[in-house]
Amino acid sequence: MGRLILKDIHKKFGKDEVLHGINIETEENQFLILVGPSGCGKTTLLNIIAGLEQESAGDILINDRRVNDLSPKNRDIAMVFQSYALYPSMSVRDNILFGLVNRHVPKNEREQILQDVAHMLQLDHLLDRRPRQLSGGQQQRVAIGRAIARRPALFLFDEPLSNLDAKLRVEMRTEIKRLHQQLKTTMVYVTHDQIEAMTMGDLIAVMNDGIIQQLGTPDAIYNDPANRFVAGFMGSPSMNFIPVTVCQGDGTVWLELRGEGQSASRLPLPPVLQSGLKSAVDRQVILGIRPEQITDPGSAREGSALHTMELMVEMTEPTGADTLVFTRLNKTPIVARAHPSTKLVQGTNTLLSFHMERAVFFDPDDGRRLA
Amino acid sequence: MRTSSVLSPRRWVIYSLLSLAALFFLLPFYVMLVTAFKTMPEIYSTGILALPSSLNWYAWVHAWSAATIGAASSGIHGYFLNSFILVIPAVVISTAIGAFNGYVLTHWRFRGSNVFFYMLLLGTIIPFQIVLLPMAWVEGRLGIAGTLVPGLMLVHVIYGLAFTTLFFRNYYVGIPHDLVKAARVDGAGFFSIFFRIMLPVSTPIIMVTAIWQFTMIWNNFLFGVVFTQGGQQPVTVAINDLVDTVTSVHMWNVDMAAAIFAALPTLLVYLIAGKYFVRGLTAGAVKG
Repeated sequence: MGRLILKDIHKKFGKDEVLHGINIETEENQFLILVGPSGCGKTTLLNIIAGLEQESAGDILINDRRVNDLSPKNRDIAMVFQSYALYPSMSVRDNILFGLVNRHVPKNEREQILQDVAHMLQLDHLLDRRPRQLSGGQQQRVAIGRAIARRPALFLFDEPLSNLDAKLRVEMRTEIKRLHQQLKTTMVYVTHDQIEAMTMGDLIAVMNDGIIQQLGTPDAIYNDPANRFVAGFMGSPSMNFIPVTVCQGDGTVWLELRGEGQSASRLPLPPVLQSGLKSAVDRQVILGIRPEQITDPGSAREGSALHTMELMVEMTEPTGADTLVFTRLNKTPIVARAHPSTKLVQGTNTLLSFHMERAVFFDPDDGRRLA
Repeated sequence: MRTSSVLSPRRWVIYSLLSLAALFFLLPFYVMLVTAFKTMPEIYSTGILALPSSLNWYAWVHAWSAATIGAASSGIHGYFLNSFILVIPAVVISTAIGAFNGYVLTHWRFRGSNVFFYMLLLGTIIPFQIVLLPMAWVEGRLGIAGTLVPGLMLVHVIYGLAFTTLFFRNYYVGIPHDLVKAARVDGAGFFSIFFRIMLPVSTPIIMVTAIWQFTMIWNNFLFGVVFTQGGQQPVTVAINDLVDTVTSVHMWNVDMAAAIFAALPTLLVYLIAGKYFVRGLTAGAVKG
């Protein structure tokens, strides 16, 4: 249930255009994530889908029905807000039933829905409480319950976990994902948290400046980013961006790398990247390589595209599962991820392995993907 | 916290100053009260601060039901009632419209709503005297000049709107807009959201506004004396007439008793609802 199609959505506030033609098409029962930094237009887009804001141009289709001119209540949607937005003067029961009463759902049917929702979200013992008597996590569950009670074709979530503490956030993340599998309805989920985006979504739309930078599966977004913005936004710690010069000779293409206080060394490239960078020979480009693709030699997976270099350790950050190594390459600070048992001493050199098969390259000026 | 029961010099100074201030404000009321219980000969023979020899109720009864005001000699009770007939609808209507205005100005903004709000704010600094002539002209046109209700009531409602709107606007600005959005998605309309979501959380600000309006309108003299005549006048105007209508001797005790009657309702409102007033003024918004 719940196919959402957005066709060339534009939105202007006065003279400011905040959405420049958004196109998204989901399958039925998909989990669509709208992710981006604040001010990228993701919440505006969600409000437009909900009908809480008027689009300047474009079409919105829910289950192949054009809903542009329908008010929010007639769009067959339900929404969960960051601030929960529970009605303060009503009990949990009345909060959940409010939409059903407004819709004149018969009383016995309402009671049945209430029982189902309360059971599903373990709210049975809270039904007579007021919102202010609930913890943040409970309030969030009530807000989700209120949305589920409507049995909509489309669920809209506006940063629903941002106000929760870290532990609860991870729990609710799993709970919402499970709910999605149970309800088999399309969900549109707005977040600025790239981890939420990666863990929950089937389909991710990375937005910036009112444009979809990339629309794809979590795997495609992470491993095959369309441009430097997407590459830098998704992943934590962020992808390393290293300015490098592309060199050619003896029929191969390589990169020139220089550690602090070292002479230049050659970084060979896998054949696919070599052909991709042919047009950029003798130019400077940006090499994008994720921290987990620069490891201690012991953790390195055997592969053809492995290259080892000795670099000076500036600082380390043990996270428990692995240790982040801060060093410098071509005068740019970079982060590597090493096994926690690796011997690392600040101010001394250590061997690091570069996994080049997933390296990506960007244009230094406009950030578009080169290879 | 220190548990010593002995007052430190610093505390002693603070309490002395507070007691002095309390005395300063209570003294006039004390004089009114003791004077109202004295007979006229007693007033002339004893000091102004002296207690009455016995509790003499003559002045109270006379002020309430027999004193001469204007042409009639039936005391202030009719005017007292007039004030209630004026104040109750004026408070209810101005508070209700203020709540509605505040709701629209915060959650249904329209083009120019800020300009509208700031113009309305100007209304809070306009002195009473300035609106007298235009108001009289409008009342004349409407054919309600000189009446208590709706004439004088309308004046108070219109003048009070700037204040009531300001109060509610500032309160509703603190209520998250997501509530309105959630209710819209839930199928609630403009009025339904106002009555079922907004009003139920508005008790503190309704109390503040109602107390404010009650006090302003009950105590108002200028609008009452300008816009009503004769038996239509509110109690503040009647007291002035009572004091002015001197026949042979000035009945100080009757004047004082009448003034206390007139001050009683606002005093009671503060005693009963005062805690809401403080709570409402300090309440920012609805939590979570």
